[in-house]
Amino acid sequence: MKPFTYERATSVETAAKAAGSMQGARFIAGGTNLLDLMKLQIETPTHLIDVNHLGLDRIEQTEDGGLRIGALVRNTDLAADKRVRRDYAVLSRALVAGASGQLRNKATTAGNLLQRTRCPYFYDTRMPCNKRQPGSGCGALKGMSRSLAILGVSDACIAQHPSDMAVAMRLLDARVDTVDAGGAARSIPIADFHLLPGDTPHRETALKPGEIITSVTLPKPLGGTHVYRKVRDRASYAFALVSVAAVFGRDGRAHFAFGGIGTKPWRVEAADAAAKAGAKAVAEAALAGARTTEHNDFKKLLVERTLASVFRQQEARA
Amino acid sequence: MASTPVSRRGMLRGGAALAAATPLMAHAQTPSTGPQRNIGAGMIPVELTVNGREVHLQLDPRTTLLDALREHLHLTGTKKGCDQGQCGACTVIVEGRRINSCLTLAVMHDGDKVTTIEGLGTPDRLHPMQKAFIAHDGYQCGYCTPGQICSAVAVLDEIRAGIPSHATADLDAVAMSDAELRERMSGNICRCAAYPNIIAAMRDVAGEAKA
Repeated sequence: MKPFTYERATSVETAAKAAGSMQGARFIAGGTNLLDLMKLQIETPTHLIDVNHLGLDRIEQTEDGGLRIGALVRNTDLAADKRVRRDYAVLSRALVAGASGQLRNKATTAGNLLQRTRCPYFYDTRMPCNKRQPGSGCGALKGMSRSLAILGVSDACIAQHPSDMAVAMRLLDARVDTVDAGGAARSIPIADFHLLPGDTPHRETALKPGEIITSVTLPKPLGGTHVYRKVRDRASYAFALVSVAAVFGRDGRAHFAFGGIGTKPWRVEAADAAAKAGAKAVAEAALAGARTTEHNDFKKLLVERTLASVFRQQEARA
Repeated sequence: MASTPVSRRGMLRGGAALAAATPLMAHAQTPSTGPQRNIGAGMIPVELTVNGREVHLQLDPRTTLLDALREHLHLTGTKKGCDQGQCGACTVIVEGRRINSCLTLAVMHDGDKVTTIEGLGTPDRLHPMQKAFIAHDGYQCGYCTPGQICSAVAVLDEIRAGIPSHATADLDAVAMSDAELRERMSGNICRCAAYPNIIAAMRDVAGEAKA
């Protein structure tokens, strides 16, 4: 690791101000992704602001019947929360489908949203990568791209978003609450929080320098049956090739979001509208505009088949 | 063990210290490309309670909890495998929860209580999970074993606390089962593939605790 200085933040406002005024400063919470990348010198912060003691670790009911999840709530605690298990089961399911028990004990809600791609060319510092080194090119486009994205891709980047939790958050239309370096608060719809790579794949979120996530807010519960189906190379502790988050309502309406296939957590309104026509129609709508490589073309069929399995399970329940 | 005049570990420790001296000095002579501001620069005091004992350390902020335990406190039971959170050999229990000690900085744990394999039991007074691993042959080479045992102890607590996993059919009814144990232990890799015996050991301890 490159040398860095370290401080423990004592308030959200001072943490944001410090991060905004110091180039090379980064927040650290769980640290499970950041430290991994620092060891590889992919991340080289010069100053770490430890935000673990800011008290942002509570889950509270909101006035309109939703849930406000503190940025520092650990993945284990969020998955196990009684209200989340009852009203937002798709989120509990997505969380426990991700990482390992040890990592979920440390990883935070905000950190999970901010985790970086597992594209092998991003991780290998000898390879070109526009996300790691803007302008250096993309090794994945003509390289080993089996695990990578087929939606939201650009000529500069096809790195997939790795999170399971964020897929469920996207389905639930969560909002990301922040405080910026000047102390101003705002709430960002999760649809706008993650950016498409375009020709600036190193810019991944809507956060401004110094802006800190304080909580993630869920709207009031959707009801219905919640499913998170993850397809991966191992039965446990592996990133998704394809994942489907689904909520089926009693009236035959449904909502879908997808992981493993997009450069950000993927959701298409037209896919929800196709629910009554079945898995094939939903897949077709979700995959509109897909751009594949010879290595990851299989993901299109895998999306359709994963959806078919989710639909069959739902029909068996009904 | 402490009375052994010359141990293999002691020799290795001395050797490592000598070997480390040269590159450190070389590093000191290179021009500094350090941070712009120096809040908390240099060594940082860290206080931990490790296996019930209070320890005070002065650490480079880059020191992981794993390196603090192994290199500074010489608690070498906790192992460094992949050093990137994939293998679980470095698993320790911090404030009652198992974590990968390789993926966290020691300075982030100032004031925390840490339990390592040395704190669970000793050769004379083994923890029930240690006894069960021996009885069920839950290892071959043993390198992953301290992490496996720390994880296994915490897993049983997690199931008792009703924390769901990917193997949980009903999120509101978490129950002990082989499927639960296997899923929850997926963050601990065993190259010798002692998995069936590890599950047997865990099942044994879970059963005893219930009775």
